[in-house]
Amino acid sequence: MEKFIKLTDTAIPLEIENIDTDQIIPARFLKATDRAGFGENLFRDWRFDKEGNPTKDFSLNDAAYSGSILVAGDNFGCGSSREHAAWALKAYGFKVVVSSYFADIFKGNALNNGLLPVQVSPEFLSTLFSAVTENPSEEINVDLEDQKIEIKSSKVSEHFDIDFYKKTCLINGFDDIDFLVSKLDAIKKYEEKQLQL
Amino acid sequence: MKKTLFDKIWDSHVVESIPNGPDILYIDKHLIHEVTSPQAFNELKERNIPVFRSERIVATADHNTPTENQHLPVKDLLSRNQLRELSQNCEDNNITLYGLGHPYNGIVHVMAPELGITQPGMTIVCGDSHTSTHGAFGTIAFGIGTSQVAQVFASQCVLVEKPKKLRVNVNGKLRKGVLPKDVILYLISKLGTNSGTGYFCEYAGNVFEEMSMEGRMTVCNMSIEMGARGGLIAPDATTFEYVKGREFAPKGEQFEKMKSYWETLKTDEDAEFDKEFSFDAEDIEPMITYGTNPGMGIKISGAIPVEAGKSDTKALKYMGFKPGESLLEKPINYIFIGSCTNSRIEDFRMAASYIKGKRKADNVNALIVPGSRQVAEQIKAEGLHTVFEEAGFVLRQPGCSACLAMNDDKIPEGEYCVSTSNRNFEGRQGQGSRTILASPLTAAATAIAGKLFNYTESLN
Repeated sequence: MEKFIKLTDTAIPLEIENIDTDQIIPARFLKATDRAGFGENLFRDWRFDKEGNPTKDFSLNDAAYSGSILVAGDNFGCGSSREHAAWALKAYGFKVVVSSYFADIFKGNALNNGLLPVQVSPEFLSTLFSAVTENPSEEINVDLEDQKIEIKSSKVSEHFDIDFYKKTCLINGFDDIDFLVSKLDAIKKYEEKQLQL
Repeated sequence: MKKTLFDKIWDSHVVESIPNGPDILYIDKHLIHEVTSPQAFNELKERNIPVFRSERIVATADHNTPTENQHLPVKDLLSRNQLRELSQNCEDNNITLYGLGHPYNGIVHVMAPELGITQPGMTIVCGDSHTSTHGAFGTIAFGIGTSQVAQVFASQCVLVEKPKKLRVNVNGKLRKGVLPKDVILYLISKLGTNSGTGYFCEYAGNVFEEMSMEGRMTVCNMSIEMGARGGLIAPDATTFEYVKGREFAPKGEQFEKMKSYWETLKTDEDAEFDKEFSFDAEDIEPMITYGTNPGMGIKISGAIPVEAGKSDTKALKYMGFKPGESLLEKPINYIFIGSCTNSRIEDFRMAASYIKGKRKADNVNALIVPGSRQVAEQIKAEGLHTVFEEAGFVLRQPGCSACLAMNDDKIPEGEYCVSTSNRNFEGRQGQGSRTILASPLTAAATAIAGKLFNYTESLN
């Protein structure tokens, strides 16, 4: 897995609440059998009209905005467990998603793909939305080691929480499979113990 | 220490707890399907890691399958390829597959319980968020992403932090015509779509105790729609009776031995929950949704709330509804009875009992999709297919179908569909489709009336 330590970049705001994984990547694009290529259909039905032309009022299509940080409304990633949502965001070029709330399965999927979900307070999220929409070239610092997100020009910042184990994995580029395979002896012992019950 | 039902099952499956980190949780049954497994198989292949416990995995094809002509090769090439990969991966790794056309084929959350694969006290995972369904048997069952599917292939374990505990109590007597689907839609409308995030939910109270297994599955199925990773109900005589005699359930002495263990699976008195809510059964009426998440629900006799949250304006615009509006009498051209929420035999019996002797309104396209081959056989054995056909309903072959519209079963743009499925997200049933979630009885009554209709007034 790709390492994540810190990042400074501009952000794209998506001020919509309860963005579900069906919007991130609609089900009709889940027929592929590999992980590549989902980026082009990210937010497909919001990004493009029926004729396949980019929609005018969608922030990802707004030339003013760019960057690898997505700032989204509350309860991001709810709904289906499809990891294709995390793959699509990653493939499009996002490295960080900021929201005031993430759905459980999405959060796990993102972390397993080196996409950092940064959960902030509703107040900080609102400050961030204002900062980015008022000045689209505003840079945001995301520091995983210090667990801090900061609006560069104003120095307004907030601490964010992350599971210690997951943080270690991201900083070192480790993933769970390596770890679990290293535990197979303990798992076999557990199985033997269960058989005796 | 006093333990909850959830604690008892969880704690007995922890292989190891990582300090300041997640638990290594052992998984008894891993269910897989064609959409979320191929990338996990590929990952194992690339890293040269074998499948650790193939006997604990069961596969089915359900999400991306046609509901017509299942005996013929699948027309859509991408779908056909995905199904072929599933077959090949199962064959290469010695995994049991109930593929298209197999007598045990069906939606993963319908076929596993009906075959007795799902049993109380187990841990079950699947690359599908509605895995919470199996909690109806007193199991810890939850959806996982594809990276985790690969982890379970490699180690029969997942790394997961123990969720917090939530209990939802519903006591009292349900009104006539109120179904388990109404109960869960009511709860989600009260609690919201993220009240359960970070929690596992136990449903308790006489309403759930008196429910059939089918009803309990409908309730637990939608736990994820309030954000909870899973939901569960303590196993009891109803559970044991359902499991007994099923294909893969323990038999004879072994069954009795397991049953005496299963009987210990209940929350101790005075065990503590992190959060608890209680509701009165009398307050629940048939429910419908008016927006684009399952929490946006109202009583069928009610009106769309006037006080709008931020996401409501966008949702109402998409749905073409106005604040304060009642949806009764709203013309509806599509109804769908199916999905892992409501495609079990009891759901079709309920719909048929209402439909019998009536005919659908001319404007309505009524689609009925059983959850499994076994349910489809049962529909025939009970003669329900005649009721549906005579009423002008279309009865298809099993699969996920119009719940997520991966196949050709799509609702056209701008059309309303009263659907027994679980999600009313934008475009969920096809680009531009507008979903109104409801019970099988509400869907059946809508089909007959050609519009949203409060059938409870005609039940007495």
